[in-house]
Amino acid sequence: MKHLGVFFCALLAFASAAAVEARRMAPEVSDAAIQGKALPRTLEEFGFFVHADAQIPTLGVIPYRLNTPLYSDGAEKLRFVYVPQGTKMQADGEGLIDFPVGTALIKTFAFGDGDERRLIETRVLLLRADGWLALPYVWNEEQTEARLAIAGARVPVTTPEGEKISYRVPNKNQCKECHGLDDAVVPIGPKARNLSREWLKANIGAVPQDADTLPVWEDRSQAGTNAVARAFLDVNCAHCHRPGAAASNSGLDLRWEQNDPHAIGIMKRPVAAGRGAGGLLFDVVPGKPQESILLHRMLSNEPGVAMPELGKATIDREGADAVRRWIEEMPQ
Amino acid sequence: MIRTAFAATLLASTTPLLAETHTISPGEGAQERLQEALILAQPGDEIVFEAGRYAMSDGLSLDVDGVTLRGAGMDGTVLDFTGQQGAGEGLLVTSDNVTMRDFALENPKGDGVKSKGADNIVYHRIRVTWTRGPHAENGAYGIYPVESTGVLVDGVKVTGASDAGIYVGQSNRITVRNSIAEANVAGIEIENSRNALVEHNIATRNTGGILVFDLPNLPVMGGGNVIVANNLVVANDTPNFAPPGNIVAGVRRGTGIMVMANENVLIEDNILSGNPTAPVMVIAYTQPYDDDRYNPLPREVVVGPNQFDGGGYDPQLDGAEMLLAAFGGELPPVLWDGLGSLSAAEGTMGWSLNLPEAGKGLGGAQPGLMTVEAPADDFDRSGIGAPAELDARL
Repeated sequence: MKHLGVFFCALLAFASAAAVEARRMAPEVSDAAIQGKALPRTLEEFGFFVHADAQIPTLGVIPYRLNTPLYSDGAEKLRFVYVPQGTKMQADGEGLIDFPVGTALIKTFAFGDGDERRLIETRVLLLRADGWLALPYVWNEEQTEARLAIAGARVPVTTPEGEKISYRVPNKNQCKECHGLDDAVVPIGPKARNLSREWLKANIGAVPQDADTLPVWEDRSQAGTNAVARAFLDVNCAHCHRPGAAASNSGLDLRWEQNDPHAIGIMKRPVAAGRGAGGLLFDVVPGKPQESILLHRMLSNEPGVAMPELGKATIDREGADAVRRWIEEMPQ
Repeated sequence: MIRTAFAATLLASTTPLLAETHTISPGEGAQERLQEALILAQPGDEIVFEAGRYAMSDGLSLDVDGVTLRGAGMDGTVLDFTGQQGAGEGLLVTSDNVTMRDFALENPKGDGVKSKGADNIVYHRIRVTWTRGPHAENGAYGIYPVESTGVLVDGVKVTGASDAGIYVGQSNRITVRNSIAEANVAGIEIENSRNALVEHNIATRNTGGILVFDLPNLPVMGGGNVIVANNLVVANDTPNFAPPGNIVAGVRRGTGIMVMANENVLIEDNILSGNPTAPVMVIAYTQPYDDDRYNPLPREVVVGPNQFDGGGYDPQLDGAEMLLAAFGGELPPVLWDGLGSLSAAEGTMGWSLNLPEAGKGLGGAQPGLMTVEAPADDFDRSGIGAPAELDARL
């Protein structure tokens, strides 16, 4: 909780600084860019930021964080949500926040600390009248502009661990590979169970039952092994490994709310894993992480073996540790 | 009449008035140019890949209905994925009414072309090749339609898949024909699918030629209504190179046509030669499972007239030497485990393990000559195969 407190102080300071700036600059978010038919060519057209390079949002663009975030090669991720004036978000249950038409979810990926920080890409999810649209914008070297990169891009970056990688900005279709559910595009992150009570109260005015139940990742040593691992799997895997999504045909369902041991992989045989199974027979073998395909694929870096398939080029050591411990402690 | 009206409606709804052709050529930036064209295409558009080699660094994907991807021939247009850095397949299709024709994919890191939830899809003269030949680290599936209704695979060629060359899973209304599956672990595989017609294909140098089966615990269950006819299934004698743990890693080298845990399957008019374990194998699922929806037995399997050039002359089976001695040096061409129900055309030679129970291993086996009835009725062929309107796109 201490960490969370610090975070919120920072957030408040950040927000009030932004407010001062915003009043001075008086920029306005373009509802037309969000809701129109066109694909805006630059991020600037949306008017989300007062200082885009510093990621200082304009009025009405609200920062948020997730308790347990998706791993993205250790990128720093700055998340914002915007809803049009006169509309509001609603929270009903532990799942996805109910967003009004005209909502924009904005997520910027950055590497490096302090003055060294470099923005790589900003992904936006726009709720238009006909559904959600996902678009990736790539920042230029000078950090002055982010342009639409509909086919994605590769950018050389150095991760916080010091690994030099070819960072993949997803293309528009790849956005849907993770954000696709029952043939529609949907947000993944902003579920009430993965948002803090404080944020929900302040910005939505309601705290549903079972909100804020996923552990805060940095404080995971204080949470139970099971909760940490299941939160990790929900956030990093279940957008594909669930009914109606990209990996539904695997039969693996890693959602937080799934309680059937077989569905979450325990003594489940692979279906279409191919060489990804690495010679192992079951997704999860209780007590035996080294015999579990799930962990084997998390620890691989090779296309065709590595999981998740998209959105990362390096191995998530922290995530793997959480899953390893979970399998180790599982009653045999 | 009802059918004609339906086809006309379908055509009208997928052919907009202003269909465009976008032409892509190989060279600098091909990855981005290709992917951008796939994203910006409108329903009804055609994207033409001009002849040449395209160096791909990432997987491609298509999510627009009614698009045609056309190359300059399976040897003329080659998408080369040797340098692929990401994604689980070479090309992923997630939209309906898509036609892919006349191009090749080489050395994708994962699967070749995967289409998921992509109804009424046509694969025509597509080649997927892992150029180093059989290797455990090749990708799993070459042609991989899954969770789709309406699948036509015609004239494709797949070589080197470490699982199945042509794999159709959890789908309905399927035709796989005029295709070549060579040097894969499984040549052609129909899994947890219904109403599949597999005809006029060549399956050679695979570990197993043509496999039809059901697995437990999948979202789509209850495979059956499958016809395997007029195929050339020869010299499937490549040692199994699947990574251990995969279901096909258990396929014995020298399996011609295998049916496992499926219902209403007809095997007829095939030519089978040089499949040293068993030209035809009909068996129950062998592993323990926990799924009430699953039936592990082969049911109502019919082996019609086929042309067998020899039987199991070098079987990869426990006790092979004793078996060969018992059957006079060569096993009869049809191997049944004795479980479920099988009928065979008069004069079909076979042997049975006479197992008492499914999933209990070979402990209770009492091998002997197979004695089964001749097929009782005409096999019900209605509704089997891809919808006829898919032919119109070839």
